[in-house]
Amino acid sequence: MRGLLKYLIKNYAFLLFIFLEVVSLYFIFSYNKYQKVQYLNSSNRMTASVYNSFNSVVEYFKLAKVNISLAEENARLKSSAQLVDTLTYVDSVSANFIQLNSNYRYISAHVVNNSVNKTLNYITLNKGRKDGVKPDMGIVSPQGIVGVVVTVQENFAMGFSVLNRRWGASAKLKKSGYFGPIEWSGGDYQIAKLLEIPFHVELAVGDTIVTSSYSAVFPEGIMIGTIHSFERPDGESFYQIEIKLATDFKSISYVEVVDNLDKAELSELDNLIENGATNN
Amino acid sequence: MGRQIIKYGLMFIGLVLIQVLVLNHVQFSGFVNPYIYILFVLLLPLSSPRYVVLILAFLLGITIDIFSNSLGIHAFASVFAAYLRPFVISLISNRQEDISDYPGLMQNKIRWFLSYITIMVILHHTVLFFIEVFTFSNFVLTLFRTFLSSVFSIFVIFLSQLIVFRD
Repeated sequence: MRGLLKYLIKNYAFLLFIFLEVVSLYFIFSYNKYQKVQYLNSSNRMTASVYNSFNSVVEYFKLAKVNISLAEENARLKSSAQLVDTLTYVDSVSANFIQLNSNYRYISAHVVNNSVNKTLNYITLNKGRKDGVKPDMGIVSPQGIVGVVVTVQENFAMGFSVLNRRWGASAKLKKSGYFGPIEWSGGDYQIAKLLEIPFHVELAVGDTIVTSSYSAVFPEGIMIGTIHSFERPDGESFYQIEIKLATDFKSISYVEVVDNLDKAELSELDNLIENGATNN
Repeated sequence: MGRQIIKYGLMFIGLVLIQVLVLNHVQFSGFVNPYIYILFVLLLPLSSPRYVVLILAFLLGITIDIFSNSLGIHAFASVFAAYLRPFVISLISNRQEDISDYPGLMQNKIRWFLSYITIMVILHHTVLFFIEVFTFSNFVLTLFRTFLSSVFSIFVIFLSQLIVFRD
């Protein structure tokens, strides 16, 4: 017993080393259980305010670019608003359709931190629980989709960006309606992959890819990107499609968080289906 | 002692801020990133107790992790480097030579300092990059990233010795 104690005291550095490494490994492996480590990410108050104050300085250098992108979005919104006006006068069916599509609420937010050079990239926003942001809400920019909210604190929120292999949006080809998941596996921050598009679909470089209606995170038809290149690998049944992302992740500054007002109902339906399936 | 604590405290905060605000956003041919925060562990006095070095390295790593949403990865790599530090030092030092307690560039021979930071940075970066991707597929790519980032980090650390940490 005394020998053991002596040994332990003599080798305390090694034991402490093992202990700290085990703690680190525990953190690495339990990272997917976000509830447990909620405070240990960039949405906590201290970290986020460091980013926020640094960002308020750096921001001035980006203002010109931000201005241009906001002006472009403004123009686009104005023209679609005009379209809506005419449609409402034309017939009530289209008016109904527009109402159906308006079950989304947008919360404007400011990006305080963002990266493009890791294999897992995250985005920190300056809006939190106080402003109605909740986990699993989509994040969109004037150019296209950005990511999804993961954890929310009182004043800040942290989310996956598209440039994170832990998350992929559900996408579809605008022209033909075929759908598949988007995947980013590292490397170039402007290029992602579109999977599961079968060979019989006709493709062309430059085709638009938008969000599909199969996820509750984004409204249907939000811009994702355009086809950059595609090939038909031998011995497989799906295309290998590279898409150029519409959002410039290096310069995003103002984004909107999308709140799907039907989400509760949708997930209730999902639950019903799942429970029904297990009962049978 | 008090002066030491203030000095290392400021160094801790300074290195963390430089790492997360500036260097984490450096993009240099794909995802090559310099990680110079490990300099804090390297510059701790050689006479400091091992548990102090290990715990400080863990705190440093966790702080970087919280900022970069990579919980555990940097902590693992820094503790690893901190544990191996005394072995590296005894490996590269001759018995005849007198090594200063503060392992900076100005206090020691340039060759000693360079081999010290080179070995330590490579150890730290190798563990960091392999833990980060958590796979041995693409082994060569990860090794290549480790190498490029190490060169970058060693360069920045060497430069910082000439400019900031002179005393």
